[in-house]
Amino acid sequence: MNQQRKAVALISGGLDSLLSARVVMEQGVHVEGINFFTGFCVEGHTHAIRKRERARPKRNNALWTAEQLGIKLHIIDIIEEYKDVLLHPRYGYGAHLNPCLDCKIFMVKKAAEWIEKNEFDFIVTGEVVGQRPMSQRKDTMPVVAQESGAEDLLLRPLCARNLPMTKPEREGWIDRSKLHDFSGRTRKPQIELAEKFGITDFAQPAGGCCFLTDEQYSSKLSDLWKYRGERRYDFDDIMLLKVGRHIRPASNYKLIIAREEGEVNFLQGYKKEYLSIKTISHMGPLALIDGKPSEEQVLEAAAIVARFSKGKMEDRVEVEITRQGGEVQHLLIKPLKPQEMKPEWML
Amino acid sequence: MSNRVRLDARRLLCPLPVIKMQNMASDLRPGQEIEAVCTDPGVLHDIPAWCRINGHEVLESKSDRNEYILIIRIGG
Ligand code: SF4
Repeated sequence: MNQQRKAVALISGGLDSLLSARVVMEQGVHVEGINFFTGFCVEGHTHAIRKRERARPKRNNALWTAEQLGIKLHIIDIIEEYKDVLLHPRYGYGAHLNPCLDCKIFMVKKAAEWIEKNEFDFIVTGEVVGQRPMSQRKDTMPVVAQESGAEDLLLRPLCARNLPMTKPEREGWIDRSKLHDFSGRTRKPQIELAEKFGITDFAQPAGGCCFLTDEQYSSKLSDLWKYRGERRYDFDDIMLLKVGRHIRPASNYKLIIAREEGEVNFLQGYKKEYLSIKTISHMGPLALIDGKPSEEQVLEAAAIVARFSKGKMEDRVEVEITRQGGEVQHLLIKPLKPQEMKPEWML
Repeated sequence: MSNRVRLDARRLLCPLPVIKMQNMASDLRPGQEIEAVCTDPGVLHDIPAWCRINGHEVLESKSDRNEYILIIRIGG
């Protein structure tokens, strides 16, 4: 009897990774999923933080995909290692701060290490030739296979027939004629294949599933590096960039103002590390101050926070300023007028 | 090792509580239990989903003010 072959599929939570795993499973291969958490994934956090996101199903799409497929999923925390990928991408960035090609190489390399350790035979990804401008081009797809070290153990079932033979096909573990030849940006063949498999409720996240492809997020990250004076980040930095309104009135400080209750709760958790301001006399948001403002700038920040409270039209609003050490100060402050809020402050 | 181990996943946002649980589970034997204390409500969805795909069992799931406590049993 032939030995059952084992593959690990990179599961992002999107339709392509689901289909690619399914195509291989159809050929009798044992498949398990692997999902990498870079810290920039749209999954999870944003659902938890923002209340209005709670109206949507709170599922984690990678877990959901694995459940649909009936496979195990291994979620791997790569937050620390990923810093080098993002900060020093050999192949540069895409439209925003997304280092897609380096990112793909890195993930496939991790998958190659994983299959070796766990005695699996090959790696499956949902890439499609020509679908993405950077990492899924005919000339860059071989780069991913080579530089990751996966070489011909990397199978892309959705477009394999447009690519050179891989070992799983050559060795007869997989029948190449049953693989696909999708190409380009059209989603039609994927939707048709999903229908054929009876999959209807799949995730098609509007803005993708990575914050680094988001223009606003990338500009906040660039701002962080610029004013910090070095390209460096820690996990809390990248979480805080996902939350609230970011306003920078001066180079030495910025405000992070919660937009709703979920964000208030989230920012509360950072009150020990950041100076925080909230309005007392009127309903208003909680704000954290990132940086080292002068005392005069703390008052300016308080006036900005008051501007976002229900007392914005009042002459005076009472605010509470809490220092990092826990010292609390109450002040009456005049909310900033709309014309005093400079558009260039908004990040 | 006692039959139940505690996982403090407070202040962690999904999927980090799931990752911590997965890593802890890999060192446990079938039948042992994990009691996870979390603050992200997303765990009420993600941890049961993770248990279903990995053959573990959710024994209890409750919320206590802003904390969510899940007790799971490692499957065979
Ligand atoms: S979109 Fe994000 S996760 Fe996906 S390849 Fe690009 S950088 Fe990596």
